[in-house]
Amino acid sequence: MTVKSLTRRGALGLFAAASATLTLGAPAQAQVDFSGRTIEWIIPFGTGGGSDTWARFNAPFLSRHLPGNPTVVVVNEPGGGSTRGTNLFAQRARPDGLTILGTSGSTQFPYLLGDPRVRYEYQDWSVVMVGPTGGVAYVSPSTGVNSIEDVANLQGQRLVYASQGATSLDLVPMLAFKLLGFDVNYVFGFGGRGDGRLAFERGEVNIDYQTSSAFINNVTPLVEEGKAVPLMSWGVLDADGTPQRDPTFPDLPILEEVYEMVHGEAPSGPMYDAYKAFNTAGFAAQKMVVLPAGASEELVETYRQAWRDVFNDPEYLETFEAALGSYEQVTDAAADALFQAGTTIDPEVRAMVVDMLATEYNVRLGE
Amino acid sequence: MIDVFLSALANILTLQHMGYMMIGVMVGLMIGVFPGLGGIAGLSLMIPFLYGMDTTMALAMLIGLVAVIPTSDTFASVLMGIPGSSASQATVLDGFPMAKRGEAARALSAAFFASLVGGLIGAVVLTGFVLVARPVILAFSSAELFMLSVFGLSMVGVLAGKSLVKGVAACALGLIIGSIGGAPATGEFRMVFGIDYLYDGIPLIIIGLGLFAVPEIVDLLRRDRSISEHTTLGAGWFEGIRDVVRNWWLTLRCSGIGALIGAIPGLGGTVVDWIAYGHAVQSVKKDPQFGKGDVRGVIAPESANNAKEGGGLLPTLLFGIPGGGAMAVFLGGMVLLGIQPGPSMVGSNLDLTYTIVWSLALANVLGAGLCILLAIPISKLTLIPFKLLAPFMIAVICFAAFQATRTLDDLIVLLATGVLGVYMRRFGWPRPALLIGFVLATQAETYLYQAVQFYGWEFLTRTGVMIIMGITAGSIWLGLRARVSEATPAEILAVEARDAGTGPAANIRARAPQIIFALVALGFFAIGIHDALQQSFLGQVFPLIMACAGAGFTALVLVFLVLGKPNHAVSSDTEHEAQSEGIPLRSTFGALLWIALLVALTALAGFVVALVAFFIAFLRLRAQASWLMTAILTAGCTGFVLTLASALNMRFPGGLLQDLYRLPWPFS
Repeated sequence: MTVKSLTRRGALGLFAAASATLTLGAPAQAQVDFSGRTIEWIIPFGTGGGSDTWARFNAPFLSRHLPGNPTVVVVNEPGGGSTRGTNLFAQRARPDGLTILGTSGSTQFPYLLGDPRVRYEYQDWSVVMVGPTGGVAYVSPSTGVNSIEDVANLQGQRLVYASQGATSLDLVPMLAFKLLGFDVNYVFGFGGRGDGRLAFERGEVNIDYQTSSAFINNVTPLVEEGKAVPLMSWGVLDADGTPQRDPTFPDLPILEEVYEMVHGEAPSGPMYDAYKAFNTAGFAAQKMVVLPAGASEELVETYRQAWRDVFNDPEYLETFEAALGSYEQVTDAAADALFQAGTTIDPEVRAMVVDMLATEYNVRLGE
Repeated sequence: MIDVFLSALANILTLQHMGYMMIGVMVGLMIGVFPGLGGIAGLSLMIPFLYGMDTTMALAMLIGLVAVIPTSDTFASVLMGIPGSSASQATVLDGFPMAKRGEAARALSAAFFASLVGGLIGAVVLTGFVLVARPVILAFSSAELFMLSVFGLSMVGVLAGKSLVKGVAACALGLIIGSIGGAPATGEFRMVFGIDYLYDGIPLIIIGLGLFAVPEIVDLLRRDRSISEHTTLGAGWFEGIRDVVRNWWLTLRCSGIGALIGAIPGLGGTVVDWIAYGHAVQSVKKDPQFGKGDVRGVIAPESANNAKEGGGLLPTLLFGIPGGGAMAVFLGGMVLLGIQPGPSMVGSNLDLTYTIVWSLALANVLGAGLCILLAIPISKLTLIPFKLLAPFMIAVICFAAFQATRTLDDLIVLLATGVLGVYMRRFGWPRPALLIGFVLATQAETYLYQAVQFYGWEFLTRTGVMIIMGITAGSIWLGLRARVSEATPAEILAVEARDAGTGPAANIRARAPQIIFALVALGFFAIGIHDALQQSFLGQVFPLIMACAGAGFTALVLVFLVLGKPNHAVSSDTEHEAQSEGIPLRSTFGALLWIALLVALTALAGFVVALVAFFIAFLRLRAQASWLMTAILTAGCTGFVLTLASALNMRFPGGLLQDLYRLPWPFS
C-alpha cells in the first residue's frame, strides 16, 4: 500500500494553523514544576490492549517534556467496559496534575448513550491531547462486488457482520450500513476486531471493518489476493468539522460519497447525525488525554506545552508511526474541536439511537 | 528457511542477547512465584527497558518472561495448594497431596522437568507449524470451537470423583456462575442484581483461589500441623526427573495437547491443564492414585501448560489474535517495538519469528533449570508449623485476589467462593467440575450462538465438528471407565454405616448438613431460573437450560441423600471420616473467621494497615508467638508486600479510612 506513509497532516494542518494563532497569546512558560513527582496516567482498560499500548508509547515522551521530568506511570483500571476506571478518576482525581486520564471510544460511547454505569461528565474535564484513528469497511468478492462501483449489488443481499456488541465501536459501521440501506445480520459475541477478521477469512461473514493499521497489515494482503474488496473509509474531519477523505486512503470514498452513489443525494437527518456523532467519538476523537475537573488554566497550558514539545521530539517523530499508525496526535484548538464534537450529542438523536438499540437489538441501557 | 532458522540461532547466542533473555527469565521467575501475578505484572516491569532496545533483544527478553511463568507458578500450586495462575490449577490436585506426603521436592522437580519438555515441544511445533498454520487455524470456526468446549466439559466425567450426579450438578453450578454478567449474544446483563462488580462477571482467579486455596488453608488451620505430614522431605528432585523419563510418552502426549489447544484462538489457555489432566486420568492404567498425590497428575498439566505458550504464539504472530492473557501482553510489547503481527511474520519478518522460537526454547531450559535448583531449599517451607505460615498464605491469597480488579469487592467475593469451596470439599462436590463449567460457560454459549447464526443447526454435520464429536464420545467412554469406581474404597464403607441408611428419617438426621448444602445449591439454581426468565430469548436460553439441568441433578442428589442406602456414592462428609480417624479438629468457622478478619480490617482501614493488624493478632492470639517473632514476621511480610507494590506501581484497595481521609502511599 503506497499510501501508507501519508498522514492526517493535510486535514489537521488547518486545525494546527488555527491553534497556533490562539496559543501565541498564552503565557510562554508555565510555573508548574513536577520535579521528583510521579504522575499516574489512568487507563480504564487492561494491559496489552490498544489504549494501554497507546499510553505506554506516549508516557516516556510526556515524562521527558513535562517540567521537572516527573515519572509517568500507566495505571490500568479495567472493568465495566472502561466505565469503572473512568468513574474512579471522576470521583477521586485531584486537579493537581498528578493524575490524568486516557479515554477511548469505548469510554465516550456509554457516556453518549446514557449508560447507567456512567458517573462521569466529560464537560467537567480539560482536554490536553487527542489521538485520532481511522477505519476501513470492506466486503467479500462473493457478494458480487469487485469495486465500489458495484455497491448497488449489495442492496437486497443478506450480509453478515461479526460484531463485538451493539454499543461497542461497532455501532459506527452499524449506523453506516443502516444509512446505506444494507440488510445486515449482526452476529454478536466477538472478542475483538481480530476475531471478526478471522471470521471474514473463514467466509463466515462477508462484510467487516478494521482500524487503519490492522487494515494495512492484515487486510491489504487479502485485497491483493482478491479475497477482499475495500468499500469505504470512515473519513476525517477538517477544520470546519466537514468530513473529508482519509489521507491514509485517498482512493477510498467516505460514507457520505457512497451514500450519494446509493441514494442520489447527500446524507441528512437524525440517523446521519447519529452516525456523525458516534463516528467522531469512536475514530476522529478516539483517544483523549484529560485533566480532572477544576484543573487550572496554568496546569492545562503546562500539559499542552508538553504535548507540543512531544510532537516535535525527533525520536517521537521517528517512532510514532510504527507504534500508533499514521494519524497525528493533536493538542490545543484542534484537540478542543475534536473533544467537543466527540463528546456531545443532540438529546433527540441519542433517544433515537437508544430506542433503535432497544427495539432491534434488545439493548436495555435504562436498567 | 533453514538458513534463516540457523542465523536466528547464531543471533540469539550472543552474550548480549542471552543477557537480556536472562533478565526476562529472572523477572518471570520472581513474578510467577507469586500467585495472581503473571505476564501482565511482568510487562509493566519490562516496559521501561523496551525503549531504544534492539528489536531482537527486546523480543528475547519478553519471551524469556512469558515462557517461564507457567514454570515458576508451580511453586505455589505444589507447596501451598494455591493455584499459581489459571494455568496451574490442575497441578494442585495431585501436587499438593504430594507435598503433604513430604514429597514436595519430587513433585516440583517432576513438574519443572515436564515443563521443560513441554516448552521445548511447544517451540518445535512453532518452528515447523508456523509456515503452514494459517489454514489450520482458519479451519477452526465457531462450530468447531463450540464442539471443543463440549469436549472440555466432557472432562467432568473424569473429574467428578465419587458421584457423577454431583459432578454434573457442580458443573452446572459453574456454568451458571460463569454466565453472570453480559450475555454474549445480546449484551444484556444476567444475575448482576445491580452490583457493579458482577457486570463483568466474576474473575477466574477469584474462583480458583476461593475453591482451591481457601479450603486447604481452612483445613490446615484446623489440623494445626505443618503442610508436610512427615518431618523429612523423602524422595528428592532426582526422583522427580526419573518420573518424567519413566512417563515420557504421557509427557509427549500432553505437550502435544497443550501446543494444539494453545494454537486454537478462542478456547484460551485456561482449560489446557484440565484437559491434559483429564487425559492422564483416562489413559493411565497402572495403579492410578489421582487426587491422592499421583506424580502423573503433576506431569500432565505442567507439560501441557508450557507447550501451550509455543502453540499460543501461532495465532498471536500470524493473526494478531492473542490466545490468552500472557499473549495479549506479548502482543502489546510487539506493537511498542513497532512490529505489527500478520502474514509478514512468515514472510519478510521470518527472522523475528525464529528469534522468538529460539528464545522460547532457551528460556524454557534456563527457567526449568533454575527452578529445579531452587526446588529443594524452597520445599522446606512445607516443614514449617502451619500456624506460622498461615498468615502469610492468607495475605498472599488476598493480595493475589485483588489483582483481579483492585477493589475490595475482590476480597468479599473471594471469601464467598471460599465458603462455597470449603463446603464443596466437605460434602464431596467436585470442585474441578465447577471450575470447568465456569471457564467454559462463556465459550460454550458464545460459540453455539455464533455457529447457529452462521451455519444453522447443520453446523453439527461439518467434518471438523463430527471429528471432535467422535473424540468427545471416546473421551466420555474412557472417562466413565477410568472414573474412580463407586464401590471400591472399603475405608469409606466403614464410615457411615452406624448412623445412616435405616430409612428416610434416619437419613435426614444423619445427613442433615449435606442435605442443607444441596438445598442451598437448589436455591441458587432457582434464582438462576428466575433471572433467566427476565431476559430475552437469546439471553435466557443458555442459562435457563443449564439452571434447569443443574436443578434436576441437585434434586437427584437430594433424593439419593434421603433415600439412599448407607454409603451411597452420593453421600459424603469429610467430618464423618475425620471423626472415624480420630483426628482432633478445630472449628471451620474459626479458620474462616481469620480470613474474614483480614477482609473486614481492609474494609475499615485499607490493606496495608489491615495486614499489620491481622499479622499481630493472628501470631499473638492464634499462633501464640513471642512478641519478637511476631515483630519479625510482621515486618518481613509487610516489607515484602510494600517492595513488590512499589516495584509494580500497585495500589492497594482502600477502606473507610481512605474514604474519609487522604493518606500518603502506601496507606492511600
